[in-house]
Amino acid sequence: MARTANTPKVELRGVKKRFGPKVVLDGLDLTIEAGQSLVVIGGSGTGKSVMIKCVLGILRPDAGTILVDGKEVTRLHGRARDAVMRKFGMLFQGAALFDSMSVWENVAFGLIQGRGMRRRKAKDIAMEKLVKVGLGPEVGQLSPAELSGGMQKRVGLARAIAADPEIIFFDEPTTGLDPIMADVINNLIVDTVKGTGTTTLSITHDMVSARKIADRIAMLYKGKIIWDGPTSEIDNSGNPFVDQFIHGRAEGPIKMEVRS
Amino acid sequence: MNIFRAVGRVTLAFLREIGRLSVFTVNAVTSIVRPPIYWTLLLKQIMRIGYFSLPVVGLTAFFTGGALALQIYIGGNRYGAESFVPQIVVLGITRELGPVIAGLMVAGRVAAAIAAELGTMRVTEQIDALTTLSTNPIKYLVVPRLLAAIITMPFLVAIGDSIGVFGGYVVATQSLGFTGSIYLKNTIDFMTFHDVMSGIYKAVVFGFIIALMGCYNGFHSKGGAQGVGTATTNAVVSASILILAANYLLTNLLFSK
Ligand SMILES: Nc1ncnc2c1ncn2[C@@H]1O[C@H](COP(=O)(O)OP(=O)(O)OP(=O)(O)O)[C@@H](O)[C@H]1O
Ligand SMILES: [Mg+2]
Repeated sequence: MARTANTPKVELRGVKKRFGPKVVLDGLDLTIEAGQSLVVIGGSGTGKSVMIKCVLGILRPDAGTILVDGKEVTRLHGRARDAVMRKFGMLFQGAALFDSMSVWENVAFGLIQGRGMRRRKAKDIAMEKLVKVGLGPEVGQLSPAELSGGMQKRVGLARAIAADPEIIFFDEPTTGLDPIMADVINNLIVDTVKGTGTTTLSITHDMVSARKIADRIAMLYKGKIIWDGPTSEIDNSGNPFVDQFIHGRAEGPIKMEVRS
Repeated sequence: MNIFRAVGRVTLAFLREIGRLSVFTVNAVTSIVRPPIYWTLLLKQIMRIGYFSLPVVGLTAFFTGGALALQIYIGGNRYGAESFVPQIVVLGITRELGPVIAGLMVAGRVAAAIAAELGTMRVTEQIDALTTLSTNPIKYLVVPRLLAAIITMPFLVAIGDSIGVFGGYVVATQSLGFTGSIYLKNTIDFMTFHDVMSGIYKAVVFGFIIALMGCYNGFHSKGGAQGVGTATTNAVVSASILILAANYLLTNLLFSK
């Protein structure tokens, strides 16, 4: 299929994934339009991270199709897969920094290894991105183990945006940050998208953050997207699951499975 | 009923493991010949796997050579054949003990280190992060370690052989009453090119086994610290068993009359 003006940037159709007997994604449909900022909300353990990993090819879905720019990607290998991956940037939930490298080498990794940029030039860009996420150049020389959890998250963020990818996935970008730094990161995500036409998919539990960065919000529950709409409509969704989640109530249709 | 089910489950799990290992091995080996090769990473691994294994391999080879000389002397003494110590020491060291001792020591040191490092990278999602940064983890992590082990093991074995023979020499001259020059002459006269090379061939195979087991177990470790611990143990145990099994097969192959 040729890429046209209204081909979605990323599209998931009927994606299923289970681990042993445990069904995580159960026929998930989701569309992200080009240049849009989509936020996926949902309880802990509902499969939000698994969904992102399916798109990135880290996990292979059991069924369904995933289209990036209208092209099926679930069965790609080798160079074809690399070419698609170059469109993506990813902030992992646990930052996933390379602990054998310094902070700036982490940020510059995709530029040097993935794109063959010279180290000196890549270092300059890495330092610039570090400043963008509120970290001074002196942090660049440290090793990831010397950073606090929130700082690691910001380095992960700098690494995700370093190569100016077309599509960026943020897995809980503000978790573990103080409210002020969380707002800095929210602004950064907003700026990244607005200026450049970048498409983003963010996962969060943080409704303040979701309202700030999202054009559209989708809610994942029991392996499916149960609600999907513009941010302005989230308060009038008419969906009891969404209402319970955004107001953070223990009582409601969503039963937390609290077992030991 | 239940027994059949249990046996069936174990068999299936075993076959699945074999399948996964085969896919991983083919993937790793074919990646060696496909560019890019990360030269700086290869050099770093050569240092870590080869150079830093020298003390362990040297020390164990020395003591093994010494003990071997003692036993051959004691055993030979019963038949008045104690003068054959230098010949049997060099034969035993170059053909069997040099490569096997080096293989087992490096397995303990290197397979464990590789499995722990890659296992931690796996459970902290660093390996997943590599793929999102357009870098193939097999080429970036596995190939340098595999190549480094294959390249350095022959050198380690050659050095271990020399030190092992020297260990025999020290014991023989210091406490068994051999004359140094005669011991050396007998050693050199008896040593054959084939004996030495057989140990070198084994070293290449053992190097491959060590790095493969370390990488495979690290790559497929799951869970947290406990999973990495299991992967590390499995790497050392499987590498050691495979080394001894491969040693028997190679001895059969190289010395069949
Ligand atoms: N590699 C895996 N093997 C087995 N089970 C897995 C694996 N990855 C995820 N799961 C399971 O899938 C479910 C969804 O996990 P996932 O990490 O996607 O949750 P999440 O929605 O991101 O939660 P959180 O908000 O806490 O990050 C969990 O129950 C988890 O146990
Ligand atoms: Mg998650």
